[in-house]
Amino acid sequence: MEITILLNGKKRTAEVRADTVLFDLLRDLGCASVKCGCETSACGLCTVLLDDKPVLSCSVLAVRADGRKVDTLEGLQDEASAFVGFIADQGAEQCGFCNPGFVMNTIALLRENPDPTDDEIRQYLAGNLCRCSGYEGQTRGIRAFLNAKKEGRL
Amino acid sequence: MNRELKSVGKGVRKKDAMQLLLGKPAYVQDVTPADCLVVRVLRSPHAHAVIESISCDIARKVPGVTAIYTWEDVPQKRFTMAGQTYPEPSPYDRLILDRRVRFAGDAVAIVAAETEEAAEKALRLIKVTYDVQPAVLDFHNALDNPVLVHPEDSWKALCDVGADNRRNLCAQGTESDGDVDAVMADCDICFTRTFHTRAVHQAMMETFRTYTEIDHYGRLHVVSSTQIVFHARRILAHALDIPKSKIHVEKPRIGGGFGAKQTLVAEIYPAFVTWKTGRAARMIYSRKECQTAGSPRHEMEVTVKIGADKSGKIRALDVHTLSNTGAYGEHGPTTVGLSGHKSIPLYTGSLEAFRFGYDVVYTNVQSAGAYRGYGATQGIYAVESVVNELAGMLDMDPVQIRLQNMVREGQIMPAYYNEPASACALDRCMLRCAEAFGWAEKYPVRRTPDGKIRSAGVAMAMQGSGISGVDVGSAAVKLNDDGFYVLRIGAADMGTGCDTILAQMTAECMDCSVDDVIVFGADSDASPYDSGSYASSTTYVTGRAVEKACLELKEKICTVAAEMLDCPAAELVFDGREVRRADNTASVSLEDIATKSMCGNTVALEAVSSHSSPTSPPPFMVGMAEIELDPETGTVEVLDYTAVVDCGTVVNPNLAKIQTEGGLVQGIGMTLTENIQYHENGHMTENSFLQYKIPTRLETGRLHVEFMPSYEESGPFGAKSIGEIVINTPAPAIVHALYRATGNWYRELPILPERLALDLAEKDGGR
Amino acid sequence: MLTIDKYLRPSTLEEAYEAAQKKNSVVLGGMLWLRLANKRVSTAIDLSALGLEYVTEDEDFWHIGAYTTLRTLETHEALNNMTGNLFRDALKAIVGVQFRNLATAGGSVFGRFGFSDVVTALLALDASVVLYKTGALSLEDFCRMGKVNDILTEIRIPKTPVHTAYFAQRNTATDFPVLNVCAAEKKETITIVVGARPLGGTVYRFSAAETAENMAERIAGDAVFTGNTRASAEYRRHLCRVLVKRAVDEIMAEREGI
Repeated sequence: MEITILLNGKKRTAEVRADTVLFDLLRDLGCASVKCGCETSACGLCTVLLDDKPVLSCSVLAVRADGRKVDTLEGLQDEASAFVGFIADQGAEQCGFCNPGFVMNTIALLRENPDPTDDEIRQYLAGNLCRCSGYEGQTRGIRAFLNAKKEGRL
Repeated sequence: MNRELKSVGKGVRKKDAMQLLLGKPAYVQDVTPADCLVVRVLRSPHAHAVIESISCDIARKVPGVTAIYTWEDVPQKRFTMAGQTYPEPSPYDRLILDRRVRFAGDAVAIVAAETEEAAEKALRLIKVTYDVQPAVLDFHNALDNPVLVHPEDSWKALCDVGADNRRNLCAQGTESDGDVDAVMADCDICFTRTFHTRAVHQAMMETFRTYTEIDHYGRLHVVSSTQIVFHARRILAHALDIPKSKIHVEKPRIGGGFGAKQTLVAEIYPAFVTWKTGRAARMIYSRKECQTAGSPRHEMEVTVKIGADKSGKIRALDVHTLSNTGAYGEHGPTTVGLSGHKSIPLYTGSLEAFRFGYDVVYTNVQSAGAYRGYGATQGIYAVESVVNELAGMLDMDPVQIRLQNMVREGQIMPAYYNEPASACALDRCMLRCAEAFGWAEKYPVRRTPDGKIRSAGVAMAMQGSGISGVDVGSAAVKLNDDGFYVLRIGAADMGTGCDTILAQMTAECMDCSVDDVIVFGADSDASPYDSGSYASSTTYVTGRAVEKACLELKEKICTVAAEMLDCPAAELVFDGREVRRADNTASVSLEDIATKSMCGNTVALEAVSSHSSPTSPPPFMVGMAEIELDPETGTVEVLDYTAVVDCGTVVNPNLAKIQTEGGLVQGIGMTLTENIQYHENGHMTENSFLQYKIPTRLETGRLHVEFMPSYEESGPFGAKSIGEIVINTPAPAIVHALYRATGNWYRELPILPERLALDLAEKDGGR
Repeated sequence: MLTIDKYLRPSTLEEAYEAAQKKNSVVLGGMLWLRLANKRVSTAIDLSALGLEYVTEDEDFWHIGAYTTLRTLETHEALNNMTGNLFRDALKAIVGVQFRNLATAGGSVFGRFGFSDVVTALLALDASVVLYKTGALSLEDFCRMGKVNDILTEIRIPKTPVHTAYFAQRNTATDFPVLNVCAAEKKETITIVVGARPLGGTVYRFSAAETAENMAERIAGDAVFTGNTRASAEYRRHLCRVLVKRAVDEIMAEREGI
């Protein structure tokens, strides 16, 4: 069946099967940032925004996105660029494979709560696994961004 | 070295950081075409069976199925998938597909199809009749079991590692120094303890994956997420039984390795398909395959006997390790060595004698492989726990007993191939860690107002820096237009940042900015030979090669400049931007030299150097953990983990810190959450991230990392290694803290809340 | 591998109901762990066009549409105010925000999974469910029913102010619970639900005059506990005593504080 999604601000029409998963559709549409780390809705690597809410794209049927707005990191480069440099300054990107999902969920966090505490950051991002960094560098990076913003250094 | 460093020692950003953070295409699945054959493997449901018959007729008729291969279709020469220097210590015990399947998950058939769906359908339609055999599932019963995992005559060991496939023995050995039994007999205190660790998984976020195609020269082009492009080339040549010249292996960005990708877990299947069909092919492991047919840590049972004086002097250590290599011998003979070689020498300061013996056995579970720490993690957990228990018996402060016995700089370590502790700040690490952590305040057991127990534990660790006398690191440095450099390496950045730290070294040597250095690697055709990134080798071994190559390149630059300035090269000084006569009468810019090198020039402005080290200088570290235990539920929270690391000169403090934090959290996972259980039929329970629980960011606690550098003369700018050592202290330190909190020693990992709660309930009177 | 032959987004409940009567049809909830299922679905029925995503209130009840996400419940201020932050406390550990933005209240309840934090919490609140054909019935009764072919449209929570306490034990912070306990007090009656035994929640009611120890002993002695890969029956029984007592203590402290 044919569906239309508003992908990163552009209308995209695609032919999908009833059981096509949004994750596969997005990769087919060229969104290479969307990664898969498990098949069990447990890792957060495939996080995208569906109608502005962070969701696991591996767990959404493509047909259910019909007529809705989908954003991947490809479409949110400016918003991400505002803070990811602070994570790079920690070296916390490491292998990078979990980064797009983690960055997408951080975007969602900061939209929802522009001034989170460290504990709120950890709680909101708990569904984003990372095996390289031990997580603390990611938190420090976000903290450094928030501090810079508060101190008017951005 | 007194010169002030400009690039080395600086926390510069990783060269690929922004691209990765912004989600740009970088990994195998992103950079290879999707319109290729999908490769899938049919896996054995049985832990041990012989394939009686296999029928693929119906499966082959599925539209879109291109090829199906079984054991009858593959070369009959055995090989190992272990990425090690040839001749590999790991026995040649594999075929691409074998008639005998040796674990639940072993490969039975390879399916290549146009689509995922067709491949999936074909897998369901292959009819296999198995002659199910009794399986060896308990590694305690493997040695000399009547059931043989590898009864075949074609099994062979290239190196003398004490292996015997007729005994299920993958390796065996013993070594000693001094008369252990006599010293033990003379000790005031002497006791023996046994520790058990499971086959935990690296669980890197990117599963195993490989793309293969035939290139325009008719060669097999392999794009793989691998730590070892050169070993991969050799292993594929062995497996496919084709010349190595026919294979080209390269790696794009790697989504984490931790040793997993030091074994050719996935490569062989698409490579075989492409070689047979001529079609491009790709295999992407599912997480389930990654968990059940990967290359996890070796399950080990480490028995430690310790002999000491009442004064706390540790006089003798006797360590025996039983290691479970699983169905195949990848890294079996070598990982076990580290369980003794990286634990016993920590007590070189006082040891009068030691013995270290081991058996590595085959069983019918998934093959083990290389995982950060590589046996050291298991051995250090055991030895450090025994030392903590000794301190408890003697009522001594465990920090003091270590200061009294630990290895000191300059000492020869008999249990470490008689190598010297040429650079060792372990004593300073211990003192600084105790101070930074607040050992004096946190070591005493405390009760919180809500009934929880707070306590602390300590452990120290060492590792190596490359494999002495074996590992080869190489670097090629080339001057280009505008005066920028290209550094070509065969080492593999798997997220660790080796591209960047080697560029920092290049920049330091060439007196330029890190941004002026482009890094390329790793590619078996284009990179200079490198064993690959494993065994904590890249900073220390390849780093030294970078230094040597830069030195040579500077001479060549001066040679060209000498021609341009019409004077002997010996009179010239290179300062990074220009080459000038020592008397400052004339100079030529680097840019002009680079331009000149491309016009009428006969001196290649490129230098290639290799390096290998006769020693493997150990990094050292101390870790201290403060935990809070809920005695009723058994919940353990790591409140604070402080680590002080001596990795020699810290080349990039940011990256070294993240390496340490990441390693600590993996260690915490191994200790408290990551379980591996097998059903009686040989199936593993923890086959997904729903079941295999790696720590989330709510489990890490506060991590505090510091460095206490020593200076290793043989390393680049005084550096040693950092990658592996950092996983070694959490298990013994947390177990120590748990002993303090509960009075129980936990000698089997992981320690789930259930064990703690029920043990304490029993102590309370079986309520 | 999950395969779905046909996707249907009905525009009326009757249409959805009729489709649901067919063999191998499935009403979609949040569709989590989609790839875990190894089955062939003839028709996947998506209720998203039926306006089932809402949280409303009248004098007696909160009405929660079946398609309301767990994240909505977790962050719903009025609902949490009335229930002592029960939804926030009970749902926050379920995998991650991205998961809870997909998982629906209806899907969680309809599945009646033994480990469900949602069901345990709702049982303690004396919630009821509304099925399209069957009508309204208590969640407790619904949990005892066998296979249901009807369509769950709404969950209702009585609007009585209530003191609650929620405790779940997990091997890691976002894992399935090894045991979950919810206690709720209203009008001198304490309702205690113990779930993830690993079977689903059983409901116990006590007079508020009983001691926490007694309640804990009674439930631990009565409820059925079994073992699975995460924990043994023995540990679950032990935890039951600990967590029930903690939950009741917390409620009592809250009561006294008012």
